[in-house]
Amino acid sequence: MISIVDYGLGNVEAFLTIYKRLGFEANLAKTESDLSLATKIILPGVGAFDHAIQLLNQSGMREAIETLVLKDKVPILGVCVGMQMMASSSDEGVLPGLGLIPGRVRSFYSNKNASNLPLPHMGWNNINPKSGEPLFVEIEKNARFYFLHSYYFESSEPSNETANVFYGFDFSCSVSAGNIHGVQFHPEKSHHFGSQLLKNFAKI
Amino acid sequence: MLLPRIIPCLLIHKGGLVKTIKFENPKYLGDPINAVKIFNEKEVDELIVLDIDASVNNSEPSYGVISKLASECTMPLCYGGGIKTKEQAKKIISLGVEKIAISSAAIYDTSIITEISKELGRQSVVVSLDIRKTRSLSGDRYEICSHNASQVHNLDLMSFIRLAEEAGAGEILINSIDCDGLMSGYDISLAKQVKKELSIPMTFLGGAGSFEHIQSLIQECGIIGAAAGSLFVFKGKYKAVLINYPETGRKIKIFDSMVV
Repeated sequence: MISIVDYGLGNVEAFLTIYKRLGFEANLAKTESDLSLATKIILPGVGAFDHAIQLLNQSGMREAIETLVLKDKVPILGVCVGMQMMASSSDEGVLPGLGLIPGRVRSFYSNKNASNLPLPHMGWNNINPKSGEPLFVEIEKNARFYFLHSYYFESSEPSNETANVFYGFDFSCSVSAGNIHGVQFHPEKSHHFGSQLLKNFAKI
Repeated sequence: MLLPRIIPCLLIHKGGLVKTIKFENPKYLGDPINAVKIFNEKEVDELIVLDIDASVNNSEPSYGVISKLASECTMPLCYGGGIKTKEQAKKIISLGVEKIAISSAAIYDTSIITEISKELGRQSVVVSLDIRKTRSLSGDRYEICSHNASQVHNLDLMSFIRLAEEAGAGEILINSIDCDGLMSGYDISLAKQVKKELSIPMTFLGGAGSFEHIQSLIQECGIIGAAAGSLFVFKGKYKAVLINYPETGRKIKIFDSMVV
């Protein structure tokens, strides 16, 4: 069962629709008990960092997710702000992140290579996945994904980067550490490219 | 490389999909969800859906419709119409919409932009402006309108968009009233003027009648959103209703024409 964490942010229904189409069992997790059958977890997110962390805390699911991910090694995929929440901290807020993947979320505005470009980084961009990464199996070269963000994930461990993308400079748009994965772009809104990635995640 | 966005814009009136000419005479085209399904198959870059009744009737956004649209879309969705408060914006985002467009509420008071942007992040806040060109002895002027062009605001366009950006807008959507539905080309001069003022992304709507029109806009303005209504819902001289969108090859040709 792929459980999509529904803590009040992000396109939970869009994930559900795609997994239904792909033929995978999926549910929306609004409470801890909805996570009891989870063999995969998706943590979506749209919006500001602190707001997202607060909502996740209020949902009462945070501890259960941490136990599933850290103790039971259930694969998790953070999407957009869901990925950023996995960092230790963010330029966008004061609250600590989940600390699942070591790194800090940085602002494009404070990066001189991007601060002169139109911001937020909005639209379709071609990504460069590392070869052999399970999330990017059967995803064609030069695949495009949809981005919508003003902050980016700066990994403390460069080896955790599984794909990068160029917008003024190269930054990590996909990171993985063991069973923990995060993507900055929106696979649920990236047509067949995104649908393939979600299928890959389901098969991990 | 980041690519320009080619964006169908759908208007909702009395629950149906319609297309207007100069913001008047809405013509019924069909069911919006069906249109979304076809646009999904065509893998469109983004979709804008505007409810043209909500602000005029001073009614709440139709959350049921929005929720259906959002769960159906496999492309990013921007929704506008009737959004006046932070709570409404938050609710719409929670239904799975990526971006909300505010217009009259932002024109009356830009602090609503800041309020929404602080909570949802700038990337999800679009300020949508309906623009009419007026001619006077002192030259052309652009006025900002709202409520389906029935209200005119005494504001300078360029100063206002700078204000909106400072207040926290993540994108400006310009909708040219004079060009709406005519399919005779964009007001490229307006697009260039607005683009020059902004350091946030811009999407331009109104007037596209062919892929060549889109190509000219992108050639002149670079990486922007090129939106169109009629072009993507009508086909041929007699405007038969037929959902269409450039194939990948055609799109690459359009993008290749861009001066980087």
